[in-house]
Order: sequence, then C-alpha cells, then structure tokens
Amino acid sequence: MTPLAITTPPVASPHAHGGNSVGRTMFRVQLALLPATLYGFWLYGWPSFFLWLLCILSCVGSEALALKLTGSPRIRATLLDGSAALTGWLLAMTLPPWAPWWVAVLGGCIAIVIGKQVFGGVGQNVFNPAMVARVALLVSFPLPLTLWVLPLPMATLPAPDFVAGLRIFLGSLPVPDAITGATLLGHAKTELARGLDLGQALAAAPATSWLGLRPGSFGESAALLILCGGLYLLLTRVITWQAPLGVLAGVAIPAAIGHALDPGRFLGAEAQLLSGALLLGAFFIATDYVTSPNTATGQLIFGLGIGFLTWVIRSFGGYPEGMAFAVLLMNALTPVIDRFVKPRILGRDRRGKPLDQPEKA
Amino acid sequence: MGLMQLFKQLAGDDWGVHPDDRKRPAADRPVRTMPLPARLYLPLQQHLGSPARPVVLVGQTVLKGELIAEAQGAVSAPIHAPTSGTIVAVSEVTAPHPSGLTLPAIILEADGRDQWCELDGCADPFALAPAEIGRRVAAAGVVGLGGAAFPSAVKLSGAARSQVTTLVINGGECEPYLSCDDRLMRDAAAAIVDGIRIMRHACGARLALVGIEDNKPEAIAAMQAAAAGQADIEVRPVPARYPMGSEKQLIQVLTGKEVPADGRAFDIGILVHNVGTALAVRAAIREGKPLISRLLTVNGNCVADPGNVEVRIGTLAEDVLAFAGGLKGDGLGLARRIVGGPMMGMQIPHWRVPVVKGSSGILALDAAEVASREPDPCIRCGSCVKACPVGLLPLEMSARIRNQAYADAVDIGLKDCIACGCCAYVCPSKIPLVQYFVHAKGELAAQERGKLRNEATRKLALQRQERLDREAREKAEAAARRKAEREAAAAAKAAAAAQTVEAGT
Amino acid sequence: MLAAVLSLTLLGAVLGVVLGIASKFLSVEGNPVVDELIAMMPGSNCGQCGFPGCSGAAAAIVDGSAPPTCCPPGGKALASAIAARLGLSVDLSGLADDGPKIALVAEELCIGCCRCSKVCPTDAIIGAAKQVHNVFREACTGCASCVEKCPTEALSMKPLPVTLQHWVMPRPLAA
Repeated sequence: MTPLAITTPPVASPHAHGGNSVGRTMFRVQLALLPATLYGFWLYGWPSFFLWLLCILSCVGSEALALKLTGSPRIRATLLDGSAALTGWLLAMTLPPWAPWWVAVLGGCIAIVIGKQVFGGVGQNVFNPAMVARVALLVSFPLPLTLWVLPLPMATLPAPDFVAGLRIFLGSLPVPDAITGATLLGHAKTELARGLDLGQALAAAPATSWLGLRPGSFGESAALLILCGGLYLLLTRVITWQAPLGVLAGVAIPAAIGHALDPGRFLGAEAQLLSGALLLGAFFIATDYVTSPNTATGQLIFGLGIGFLTWVIRSFGGYPEGMAFAVLLMNALTPVIDRFVKPRILGRDRRGKPLDQPEKA
Repeated sequence: MGLMQLFKQLAGDDWGVHPDDRKRPAADRPVRTMPLPARLYLPLQQHLGSPARPVVLVGQTVLKGELIAEAQGAVSAPIHAPTSGTIVAVSEVTAPHPSGLTLPAIILEADGRDQWCELDGCADPFALAPAEIGRRVAAAGVVGLGGAAFPSAVKLSGAARSQVTTLVINGGECEPYLSCDDRLMRDAAAAIVDGIRIMRHACGARLALVGIEDNKPEAIAAMQAAAAGQADIEVRPVPARYPMGSEKQLIQVLTGKEVPADGRAFDIGILVHNVGTALAVRAAIREGKPLISRLLTVNGNCVADPGNVEVRIGTLAEDVLAFAGGLKGDGLGLARRIVGGPMMGMQIPHWRVPVVKGSSGILALDAAEVASREPDPCIRCGSCVKACPVGLLPLEMSARIRNQAYADAVDIGLKDCIACGCCAYVCPSKIPLVQYFVHAKGELAAQERGKLRNEATRKLALQRQERLDREAREKAEAAARRKAEREAAAAAKAAAAAQTVEAGT
Repeated sequence: MLAAVLSLTLLGAVLGVVLGIASKFLSVEGNPVVDELIAMMPGSNCGQCGFPGCSGAAAAIVDGSAPPTCCPPGGKALASAIAARLGLSVDLSGLADDGPKIALVAEELCIGCCRCSKVCPTDAIIGAAKQVHNVFREACTGCASCVEKCPTEALSMKPLPVTLQHWVMPRPLAA
C-alpha cells in the first residue's frame, strides 16, 4: 500500500486506452499529404517550398503567440499536437504555388488567430481555419491569389534555382509572364463570360490531368497522389468515407446532368472532379474533425452539401472556384446538421421514444 | 485495421471497439485452486439489491456452506460460510469500489477442517417444479457471476412469469485480460450444459443460445461437443468485439432483437445468464452447494504468475495475489489495482479488498497498460460516436456535464449509457468520458435524494404547523371552557347568594 | 446617401415605437414566480439563509439579492431546481455542500430542558421534560436552530457519514 494510492483521487473505468492521440492523428494526415506535397515541390520548384515552409511557420508562430497572450497553461502540448502545423500545411496546399511571402504570413495569422483562436482554440472553431484564411486572402488580394504558374515541366523557361526562387518568393523578382496560365475553371469562366461556347473555349484550355500537369494551387493538382493519401487515411481509419464520397458525388452528379443537358454551358464531371481544390477538399478539408458533423449520416449530408455548393458556385457564381466558400457555408450548417442528425439509440426509435414492447406470445 | 473492418465500417455495422485482448497466456494455463486463507471477509452486500442480514453471532462456529446472512427484501441474496470456522467479528471491510469506503462484513476465521454442512442435493432436477428450482437457487445465494451480481433466482422466476422463449447464455467474456469464463467452458463444458438445461427447465424457455466470442476457439469446440446431443441448446460463435458480453448487444447479435430502452430482456422473451452462473446453478441444484467460491483471473503485467484461480468468496485480493506469485519487483511498476476487467472494472485503493461473488478478475496493471495521461481538449473527431454501442453522443454529453447541465445530458441519452468505456478507450484526447457520466449519474441520484428529502421536510414542517395550530386551538378552547366554567360558577355563587339573601329577608 | 440615412432613421424609429408598445402591453404583473419558489423550498422557515423565512428568501432570490444557493437544507437539489426555474446558471461547486449534517445529542450533557424540541422546525427532536432527548435522524434537516438554544451545549452538528450508496464519483479535472 503506497501512500500515492491513497492520495490520488479515484478514477473511473476504462483502465486501458486504444493508444490513439491527437498528435498521432495529425501526424497521419500530414503523412498522407506528403506525397502530393513532394510532388508539388517538383512541379513548382523552390518558391513553392518557401511558401509551404512559411505557411507552417506562420501558423505555428501565431498559435504560440495567441496561446501566450491568452495565458494558456499548455502551450507546449498544444503546439506539439501538430494541429497548427497541419493548418499551415493545408493552407499552403491551396495557395498559388508562387504566392509571395506576405501571403503566407498573413494567411497563417488569419487562419490561426481569426479562424481558430478567437473561438477558443483547438476543437472550438466553427470554420475550417485554412479555408477561412484562403477565402480572406482571395477576397482581399485577388491578384496574387489568382496568379497561376505553369508546372515547371510544362514551362518553356528553366526552373528557378534556390536564390532565384527565394527572390521570387520575397517579391524582388517578378514572375515571368511566360510561365503563367489560367486554370481550367478560370479559363472556362472567362470564356463563358465573353459569351463563348465551352466547346470552342476548351479547345485552347489546359486539359485536365490526373498527374497534376495543369496550372493550379500548389497541392491541389496531383489527383492520383491526393487519392492515395485519402485512401491511406481511410484505411488507417483517420477519416471515414462518408464526407469524401459526399463531396465527390455532390459535384459529379449535378455536373454530369448539367453537362448532358448543355455541354456548351456546363463542364463535365471529370473536368469538375479533377479541377481546383476538389479532391484535396474532399479528403482533407471536408473531413476536418472539428468543423464537420459527428455522425456518419451527418457527414454524408455535409459532404453532399459541399459538393453541390461547389458546383453551384463554379457554374453560376462570380468566382471560378467555390470549394472554400462551400466548405465555409457547410461549416456554418454543421451545428444544425448535428442537431437534427443523431444516431438512433439502442432500444429507442429515431425520435428517442423507447421501442414498443411486443405482445407476449 | 484490415479490409474486413473497413467493410464493416462501410456497412455501418461498426459499434464497439477491438481492444488487444491480452487473455493469453493466462487463459491457456490450467486452473489452480487456492488453499484456504486464514480469514475470510464476507461483505453483506455482494449483489444488487438490499444487503443481507447476518444470522450468526460473534464467536459462533459455522460449517462450510452454512447460512450466515439471510436475504432481506425482494431483490437480495443470502451469504454462506465459505469454509468451516468461527465468526470473529461483524465489522467493516474496504469495498471493491473506487471510493475506498467500507462495507459491513462478517469476518470468518477458518478452522482448517473445511467441513461441509449437510447438503440437500437433488438427483433429478427435472422432476422439480420450476418454482422449486428458483427457490433452491435463491437459497444457495447464486448471483450473476458476469460482474453485475444480480440475484439469479429473481431473474429465473421473473422470466418464468413473463414466459420467456429463449435463454441466452453469455460466454462472450469481451473484457480484455479476463479468461475465467473461457476456462470454465473449456474445463467444465458438460457441467455447464447440464446447468443450462436446469435453468431452461426453471424458466420455461424453449431454446438456449450460447454466445461465445470467436477469439475462444477451444471453448467453442468444447461447448459444441458437450451440447452435441441437445437439439435445443445451440452454441454460436459471435465476433470478438467489445462489449459483446453486454446483455443488450449479445441479444441483438444472437437473436436480432432489440431490448426496448425502458424494458428488460424479459419483455422480448429473453433471459440472459452467464456461463459461470449456469455452473453455480447446477451445483446449487444437483449438489445443494451454495455459492461459496468462484473462478477468477489474476492478470496484468505486474503479476508474477498470472492465471485463473479458484478462490473462496471473501478471500482478500492481497492473499490471491500472493498465491499468484505476488507482484513483480515488489510492485514497483504497479500503476493501478483493479477488480474486474480493464474496461468496466473498479479501481481499488489497496489490496486489502475481499473477493466478492461478482469479482471476475484481479488485475495489477503497469503504467504502459493503463496508458494514463493528461487529457487534451476535445477535437470533435466523433470517434466516440462511432464506438458507442448504444448510439449516444458521448462528446455532447460530456460537454454538458462539464457545465453541470446534468438534465441536458439526460435529455440526450445519459440514462441509456451502459458505461462500457468504448468512448474513453478510443478518445484521441483521452478525455475520461466515463468518469463524466458516472459523476453525472451520481449527482443526479444525489439530487433526486435531496428532492425527496426536501419534500419530506416540507411535510414535517406542515405537520408541525398543524400541531402548533391544534395545540393553540386546544389551549384556547380549554381557556374558553375554563372561563365559561368560572363564569358559570360565579353566576351560581351569585344566584346562591341571592337566594340566601332572599331567604334571609 | 440621404436615402440610406433616412431609411435607417425610419427603421430605428419604427422599431423603437414597437418595442415601447410591447413593453407596455406585454409587461408582467407582480411576480408569480415567488409563490412558485416558496412551494419548492423546504418550508421549515429555519432561517439559515438570513431571511425571516422561506418566503423572504424566495422573494430575495427572485429579485436577485440572494443567490439560488442560499438555502442550506435545500442543498444542491434545490439550488439547481431554482436555477432551472429562473433560467439562471448556478455554480453548484461553490455551494458549501460538504455532505448533509444532522444534529446529535450528547446524552451525558442533555438535561432534558425541551428548549431544543420547541424550536425544531420539523419536530425531529423527541424527548419529554427531564428526559434525555434524541434526534430523529430521518426528520432532521440539519438547520442547526436547536444548537444555539441548548444551555449545556449538548447539541452539535455532525456530518452524516458518506456511504457507498451516497458516494458520488468526483468530476474529472478539467482538460
């Protein structure tokens, strides 16, 4: 009988634990992002690496600062769980690969301070922090946020070396016009606005690509690698299939219908799925624990909502890409979904009434 | 993490958790019988319901199997002397409970002769009336040995009254570490089947279903062999998944039926008993032996020589551990003492706690097994929602309880929680969810008691007020009466005086 | 510009008038809540709250001059019931509810003066004159009114021992 046993307060069962932790979950998501990220470095060269690094540093720094200012007793533990780093990483994935340094710094600050800490920190935020930052940057600085460089293997110019990359990142070297292009969605939107038929417009547009050989955000284009990461998360049960499937179906179904009805007005399902942030969003953004519903059915509804809204914004809205807006809109609906979609309690019906007792034989 | 699980997840059939079962090697080692300890500590409350009432005096000598405390009330169970000896005290002993509070208990000093009292066995139980079997099971003090320790006879006779059709025998034993039921099924399958037949006779069920988790192939084989000739006893493997051994979950998997939230298994024609209980019922009927010992698992990384041990009820955990080789390294690495399994067992403050009828295991776990650490904030990952076998929202309930909104927690299902621990087991933030729920249930019960007390107080205060009013009224009436009498007397006096005056004139 | 200013001014004025009318017509007369609270309280008028009786305390709680936790015999149960009725949030942990207490007579000191039994709001003290008194456990509300009346200090408040049936698992330390 050690004295310790007497003074420690009693604890309830269970006296065992499955071993999962916040840190492990965040690590697995980062691991799943790694292939697409490394591939992104190869596609876009040094400037994209600097962008990625500074986004993460900015998020972690903002988190540390916010925790310090709020007098949190657990700064170290919170920073080490990797959630801030993951936010920064995801933000970087959705930014134009050659975005200048201040975009990364500002984005990180917005994501952590406005997107997360003002709500009370990890687990309390209503909106996905990376998407909050992405939307805030897009509406505030539309120019640098829509400057798409061609993947270097497609470009005619040689890749910038370390120093040139750093100078581009710091803004002291202009991005050569020769290697910029429009995204498929952007191209389609401009051409439609000019009154052109998609059939003619797309002849000159960049094709869709499973390998990410198209202009676009740093980490959004390598469809195959993102899919691999998503599958890894599914298999390790970090995420469930409902939200991703919902997003994909929510875009693909209306896109297929629209395209079948009017191919000159609406993009096809494949073009929609492989464009913009869709795959990344489906597997990495819509599955964000904090801002998505808790139940399987709720997640399916949430995913379908994101997918459908994305398609609506892409097809009818003012912006060529709508993923981030759709995510934020559905984030706002998450508490409502959680309120109305609840699992059925064993021995009760959906409305919470006890099941009827059968007549005795 | 395999494809099978992914498939189950896709199908939505994904409740519960798959803890590392850690049953072997203890489960594969032969059962050892523990020699008699010097003293036995027999709490008067080893079962659900009212405590038993002692019927022995200090200093009295008793024989093994003799009644020492009788059941009182409708839901209760008697207690018998586990060995022959002398009653040395009726005092307090630490309960197998996290509070470390004590329970009244009878303390018996063994005389070492271990001499049985006269036993009233029955060679042909099937000739007995079902009610008589119930009576004998009640007299033998048999309670559910799976852990809840509900008096078995109450269940049997209740089931006979509500005409159950199916007897479910729980060989799930889904708790990690524990293997006593596994061991019983391997070693005494024939006796268990006999016990099942007796219980079936007692409750009137047509069919007996034995559910055994498929991580116990030896037990399944032994039980299937023993039940081979019995058309109405079916041994069915069920997937190993915690909490498969929970009554409602096992019923659902075996029969596809769901117990209504406000009902019991009886209501859908099912009675559930544990395999160990079947054996105890058989001993009580065939041999007339009361429940005075049980098989339990001694396990955990800190135990030197883990295994299953046949132990007399009332033996201190300390003595059981000493028999199992003591603690490794003198208990230096010991992180937690547990009675029962790791998922639902009770933490105990020290080892001087007696084995009671419902104790299925004694675990000495090291820090790595307990994996205790400071909780992180909830990240709303929903793991607990997926794991909950009842379909609750543990994260929402705990958030409400943290804000002391106990009534709100009840609104979203707190009362349906079975405290199985799946939610806390999977929580990546390691939030002690079950502790929130147990705390809230305790607070609600305390508030309920407080409310009753307030009502009683109101009534008493009202009664006092009535008494005061009555007394005042009576006093006033008495005063009025006296006054009237006085006036009458004065009037009479005056009249008399007047008469004398008249007479005088 | 002018249109915006005008429309906002108009909006403010209309809403203000509506609010003014609403406050006039929808105002609540008196306070029926007080009676409701009185009905919830123990009704023993023990005075531990510092008010003359349960009705005084109820009025004070309703007008906010006393917290819902001011009734010791009512304990947590009453405090949370009152808080729920009034829609207040109440910090129950602040309530000095270190278990219920009951009065206990030290038999060697009791002189059987009956002063205590006269003040007991629930008639929980039994005993005739010149006889040792006793406290009826079930009826004692722990109001302690009797303690100060006792001339020989034979009465004291003792906490009821916590039993397994009354024990409550502590709340986990906050994360």
